[in-house]
Amino acid sequence: MNPAFDPGPRTLVVRCPDWSLTALGVAPGEPALVLAAGRVAAASEAARAAGVVRGQRRREAQGRCPEVAVLERDEAAEARRFEPVVAALEDVTPWVEVSRPGACAFGVRGPLRLLGGEAALLDRTAEAVGAALDAAVGPAHPGCRLGVADGRFAADLAARVAGTGIAGSLVVPVGGSPAFLAPQPVGVLGRPDLADVLVRLGLTTLGAFAALSATDVVGRFGAEGQAAHRLAAGLDGTPPQVRRPPPDLAVAVDLDPPVDRIDRVAFAARALAEQFHDDLRGRGLACTRVVVEAETEHGERLARCWRDEGVLGTSALVDRVRWQLEGWLHGPPAVRPTAGLVRLALLPDEVVPATGHQAGFWGGATAADERAARALARVVGLLGEGSVRLPEWRGGRDPVDQLVLVPLTGGVGEVGRVDAPPSDAPPWPGVLPPPSPAAVHADPVPAELLDDRGRPVRVDGRGVLSAAPVALRVDGRGAHVAAWAGPWPVDERWWDPRRHRRRVRLQVVADDGVARLLVLEAGCWRVAATYD
Amino acid sequence: MFDTGEMVRSPGHAFTLPAGLLAEPEPFDDDAIEEPAPAPRSRPRSLAEAARRARTGTPAGERTLPVSPALADLLPDGLRRGSTVGVVGPGGRSLALALIATATATGSWAAVVGDPDLGLAAAAEAGVALARLAVVDLSGPTASRQWGAVVAALVGGLDLVLVAPRRQVRAVDARRLAARARERGSVLIRIGDASWPDRPDLELALADAAWEGPEDGYGRLRCRRAEVVATGRGRNARERRALLLLPDARGVPSLP
Repeated sequence: MNPAFDPGPRTLVVRCPDWSLTALGVAPGEPALVLAAGRVAAASEAARAAGVVRGQRRREAQGRCPEVAVLERDEAAEARRFEPVVAALEDVTPWVEVSRPGACAFGVRGPLRLLGGEAALLDRTAEAVGAALDAAVGPAHPGCRLGVADGRFAADLAARVAGTGIAGSLVVPVGGSPAFLAPQPVGVLGRPDLADVLVRLGLTTLGAFAALSATDVVGRFGAEGQAAHRLAAGLDGTPPQVRRPPPDLAVAVDLDPPVDRIDRVAFAARALAEQFHDDLRGRGLACTRVVVEAETEHGERLARCWRDEGVLGTSALVDRVRWQLEGWLHGPPAVRPTAGLVRLALLPDEVVPATGHQAGFWGGATAADERAARALARVVGLLGEGSVRLPEWRGGRDPVDQLVLVPLTGGVGEVGRVDAPPSDAPPWPGVLPPPSPAAVHADPVPAELLDDRGRPVRVDGRGVLSAAPVALRVDGRGAHVAAWAGPWPVDERWWDPRRHRRRVRLQVVADDGVARLLVLEAGCWRVAATYD
Repeated sequence: MFDTGEMVRSPGHAFTLPAGLLAEPEPFDDDAIEEPAPAPRSRPRSLAEAARRARTGTPAGERTLPVSPALADLLPDGLRRGSTVGVVGPGGRSLALALIATATATGSWAAVVGDPDLGLAAAAEAGVALARLAVVDLSGPTASRQWGAVVAALVGGLDLVLVAPRRQVRAVDARRLAARARERGSVLIRIGDASWPDRPDLELALADAAWEGPEDGYGRLRCRRAEVVATGRGRNARERRALLLLPDARGVPSLP
C-alpha cells in the first residue's frame, strides 16, 4: 500500500474518563473539579451538568456549582494509579503505548490472533482494566471506555464517544474511519487555534476540512496543518517518512547510589531528557514515541513506551519520565521493583524529521516568544520548578490581590498566553484608583502613625481617624507626614467568619517625598506598598 | 554530570558567573550565526564579499527598542539594544516600567530578576504587556549561587532584563553580563545601582519629584511631577533633563 494513504494500524484505545478526578478518589456521582494553575482542568459529570467547564476560573465554577469539591491537580497520583492499569494490560499484549496517565493504546493485530476476535479482545481488555481499577482506586470508579478503529486518532475518538457504561466501547469497522470522522467537529483535533480559523472559514466538521486539497492546506497552515489534515481524513497522523532511529540516539544515566525515591532521580531525569532532545535535534529529528527503561539493583528491567500525537519536546519528555518513575517507584507493591534503580535510559522508538515551528500564522508563538520560552525553560532548569512565574489577573481591591503570579509550567505554548486585565471585567467597589504603587511589599513592614501629640492614630468603627497623622515611623526611621488621603475602609467577606477581612487604607506622603500605602488591620499599621 | 562544579566559587561574598556560559554557544541557539569576521581594511576579493561587508548586522530600526513618547527627550534614539541602563534612587521601579512598556507591547519579552516587590498593577497601568513579563524568584536555597547563570540565560533570550541584585556584583560578572547583552542585543536594566561596580551606559534618576493630589485627608494620589535626569557614557555623556508625570492619573508615564 502506498504509505501516503495508509490509514494506520488498527488500534485499540483505552481511556479512563476524568482520570485526574478518579485518581484523587472522586466517586462518579460527586460534583468535583480539579484545578491546575488556578483554572479548572477537569470536572466530574455532576459538576459539568451544573455548568462547570474546563478552563473556567475557580470563582466562576464555584458560582455555577456552589457545592463542588475543589481539588488541586496531583499528577503524581495520576501516574502512580495508572501504572497498575497498564501493567494489567500486559497480559493482553506487550505493546502498550501510554500517551498520558488515563489513556493508552495498542495495536490489535497481535492479540487478535491470540484471542480470536475483536469482541473477545474487548471483553478481555475491559476485564483486565476493570480489575486493575478496582484494585487501584477502589470500587467507585467510572470504568473505562474502549475504542477500536483504523488509526490511533480515530480509535481515540471512538473511545471518547463510546457509551457511558462501565466499559463502554465503540468499534469502527475496517475501512470505516473516514466515514466515522467526517461528522465530528474540528475541535476534536486538539488544536484550538487551527480549529478557530477553520470554523471562521465555515469548515466545522472534519469531513469538510478533509475535503480540502492537501496541497492548499500545507501551503496555508504548514506542517502542523498537514498533520491535522491527515488525521481528519482518517489517515495516519504521523507523516509517512517515519524512520527507525539509529541506535546511538539512546541515552542513559547510571545512578549511583541506587535510588528508590522520585525526588532523587527527578533531576537526573530532566538532564537526561534534555540530552536526549538535544541529540535528536542535532540530527534534525524529533521523537514521537519513546521507551523509558530502568534497571534495578536486582537486575529487573522495567520498560514502558510513551507516545504523543505531536512531537515530544523537552518538557513533555520530562513529564513522561517523571510520570513513569512515579508509577514504578511509588505505585502499588505489585508493580513496584524490589530494589532501587541503578540505570535509567531513554530510547527513541519512532522519530520523524523535525519540521521546526512555523512562526505564528495565527498569532501564536513568534520567534521572540520561542527564544524567551527557551531562556525561561533554562532558568527553570537552573532554579527548579516554580521559580519563574507569570502574572495573571485575578481582580481585587488592593494592589496585592489584583494580579497574582502563577508558576510557568508548560512549554512554549504556555508562554504566549495573554493575561492582561480584561476590558469587560466587572468593577470592584472600593478598589484604589490608579496610579497603582510600583512596589507592593510581599511582607508588609510594620509602621507607626502618630498624631501631633505623639499618640498612635486609630480608626473608629465608622472609619474615621482619631486625629490627623503628623509623623510616620517605619523601620525605626521617622518622617513627617506632608500630605495624606483616606481613610478608605474595606469590609470583605463579612458573611464568612473564617475569611472575613476588615481593614483601612491610607495614602501617606512623607516629607522626604516618598508616598506610601498604609493598611491598618487588626490594630496594626503596615506599609503595604510604596509608590516608588 | 549534574553538579555545578564549573562555577567559580569564591568564599564569602559575591555572585559568580560560570565562565562556560559565555565561551560556548548554547545548544538551543540556532539564531547565533557563526560567521568569521573579515579581516579589517583588506580589499574585498569578490563582489559577493563586498556586498556581505556592506551589510551591517541588523537594520537601523532593529538596533533600538521603542520607548514611550514621554521618554523621547531623554532617549532620542530609543532604547539601544545591547546597552546597560541603570535606574537609581527613589522612583527607580517607575522608571524601569516606563522604559520597558512600549517594547513589551510591541513583542519584546521582559524578565524581572530578584525584585519580588515590583507592582504588577502599576506595570499594567504603565502599559507593560503582562503576557510578556516573567518574574524570576531568587529566594530558593541555591538561587544566590546561580544568580550569574540565571541572568546570563535571560540576557541570551529576552530583550529586556531587569535586575535587582541583593548583594554586591563582582566586576568580572558585571563585565561579562554587559558583554553578553551587547552580543545578544538585549538591554540590561539595573534597578538600584549601588550594587554594581561600574557605571552603566545610561543612568536615569529622578532629580526633583513631588506627588500631587492628597491634602489633609482629602483627595487621593493623582500624579507625580518629576524631573528625570539622564546621564551616561559615550553618546549619552551629555546630560539630558525632562519634566514628566511619572505616573500620571491613569498610571501612565506621560508629559505634563
